[in-house]
Amino acid sequence: MRLDTILRVVSKLFIPFIFIFGLYVQLHGDFGPGGGFQAGVILAAGVILYAIIYGLNAAERAVPRALVEFLVPLGVLIFAGVGLWGIASGGNYLEYNKLIHGDAIHGQHWGVFLVEIGVLVTVASTMIAIFYAFAGRGRP
Amino acid sequence: MELLINMVLLTLLAAITIGIIRVRNLFAVVVLAGAYSFLMASVMMVLDAVDVAMTEAAVGAGISTVLALGALHLTKTEEAAPRYSAILPLFVAVGTGAMLIYGTWGLPGFGLADTPMNTGVGLDYLNRNMAETGIPNVVTAVLASYRGFDTLGEVAVIFTAGIGVLLLLKRFQREG
Repeated sequence: MRLDTILRVVSKLFIPFIFIFGLYVQLHGDFGPGGGFQAGVILAAGVILYAIIYGLNAAERAVPRALVEFLVPLGVLIFAGVGLWGIASGGNYLEYNKLIHGDAIHGQHWGVFLVEIGVLVTVASTMIAIFYAFAGRGRP
Repeated sequence: MELLINMVLLTLLAAITIGIIRVRNLFAVVVLAGAYSFLMASVMMVLDAVDVAMTEAAVGAGISTVLALGALHLTKTEEAAPRYSAILPLFVAVGTGAMLIYGTWGLPGFGLADTPMNTGVGLDYLNRNMAETGIPNVVTAVLASYRGFDTLGEVAVIFTAGIGVLLLLKRFQREG
């Protein structure tokens, strides 16, 4: 009998809720505490918990290393892309007021939403990538 | 009540700090550092800085602990005995601490409304935010909209740090 049965069962129960909470923190960041940075760390913590309990190989099957390393620069590009979209729609770099046909409030909402997605992607993937790199070193 | 909570939290912080200094087992030090971060997050909650508290709990207690344990996995768990006397570092630490405590005497009282940080740009953001962005959480509005360029810089810093760590660690990785 494995000695870590309780840990495995409890973490399997908890991990979906950790991801849901991460998404809540991300998408509710306009109204309550939170935002891309915190949500990214929470999502990364969910993956890292999975890797600690079920092993690095299982985690890499669920969240492949190549995908993580692709997402690290993608978040920065999303953020910078929103800035360029601001220029393309006739404003300054990272100015959201003119994004949606001059509807300032609407544009602000979309700008902030997309920018936070960019933060989430880079933060979460960077944390997971660093963890993979650390955890993979001791492996025979 | 708030004073009592603060006193308990700060006493526990001091106790944990002394514990971190005294204990030579690095595994215990990592766990104590995680507990320190959770207490610090509680202090931030008492100060009504919920966003900072969330970040502190997630990064300080979560990710830092995992990364420190990952580093510990590659090295010994007992701290080596110090080879030099601790007099000079103790002097530097006590001197810096005394200067910081002296500095707190110049700070305005906690939560006062007529301080520069609450009357200048902070008040301006609070007044203009709803009409200009329509985002109820001013922290998010400042981070993502008013100071969007700063946040882009922060994301670039995280990106750069991640790439740097990956490049350093991958050189020694065994292909598995």
